[in-house]
Amino acid sequence: MLIIDCPNCGPRPETEYGYGGQAHVAYPEDPHALTDEEWAQYLFYRDNPKGDYAERWVHSAGCRKWFNAVRDTRTYEISAVYRTGETRSETQKGA
Amino acid sequence: MTMTAPEDTTVEVAAHVPPVDRARVLALRRSPAQGLDEEMRRGSGAAARLREVPFLTQVAIRATPGRDGSLTETLGLDLPTHVGEVAGAGDGNGLAVLWLSPDEFLAVGPDEAESGVSPEAYAGGLAEALGSERGQAVDVSANRTTLELSGSRARSVLEKSCELDLHPRVFPVGAAVATLLGSTGVILWRTGEDTWRVMPRASFATHVVRWLLDGMREYR
Repeated sequence: MLIIDCPNCGPRPETEYGYGGQAHVAYPEDPHALTDEEWAQYLFYRDNPKGDYAERWVHSAGCRKWFNAVRDTRTYEISAVYRTGETRSETQKGA
Repeated sequence: MTMTAPEDTTVEVAAHVPPVDRARVLALRRSPAQGLDEEMRRGSGAAARLREVPFLTQVAIRATPGRDGSLTETLGLDLPTHVGEVAGAGDGNGLAVLWLSPDEFLAVGPDEAESGVSPEAYAGGLAEALGSERGQAVDVSANRTTLELSGSRARSVLEKSCELDLHPRVFPVGAAVATLLGSTGVILWRTGEDTWRVMPRASFATHVVRWLLDGMREYR
């Protein structure tokens, strides 16, 4: 069981959260200008790093807010959490 | 096409509707765990007791603290600012405002039958107090019911299926959080040293009552 630090509620068990995939995938400025391949790339293709990975999580059973977490995909260690709209600290590396 | 306001029709209809006897309406209500009264009584012992506190007034408030018009004046309370904080009556005797998220709060007050204030009217007043600020105040009294678990082993019962640290050092009297009890989302509110309010959604009431009763069996 992971203990995830919600930026609003503090440490809570993993079961209280929902997972939202890779963070910082920007919606295309003009989707209509994209080719099918580019659109598919946006919709379906995600990074798959070995190491730090910035992800979106939602605290479904608590404050119901989305936030970002940097998780090491090898160790499951979460090294940073930050609210949506906030930027990752410069010290964070990885995808 | 333009919308036209109904004219005398409303007046006419109203004239034929007999005045509602509110006390009679209130007497007809059935609470979500009402059918389990007897089961809860039998399952309670000296060390752990369970009962329902039905029909508490609940108003869901969405507002940005500091930008809430005259909401806090109307409430008579400041909005809580951090997780776990309850403004007002932390012991549940009176009006309390629970922190649910940075911009979401739950006002909990006595049953209309006791206070004489209808939840709809109360929520309406709060919504009006918000003025032009972003937010809402909605009567959600039927959304959750309130179960009261008390007794010297009440914390042990909760600890069987709640993963939060419920020790008074971390979870003091007068604190409330939204969390999971087993797999069910509830609001957990410590109203006394040995008294807890568990507020599940109405449709989960039966499940949560039986879940807690099962946890209470060894302390009966």
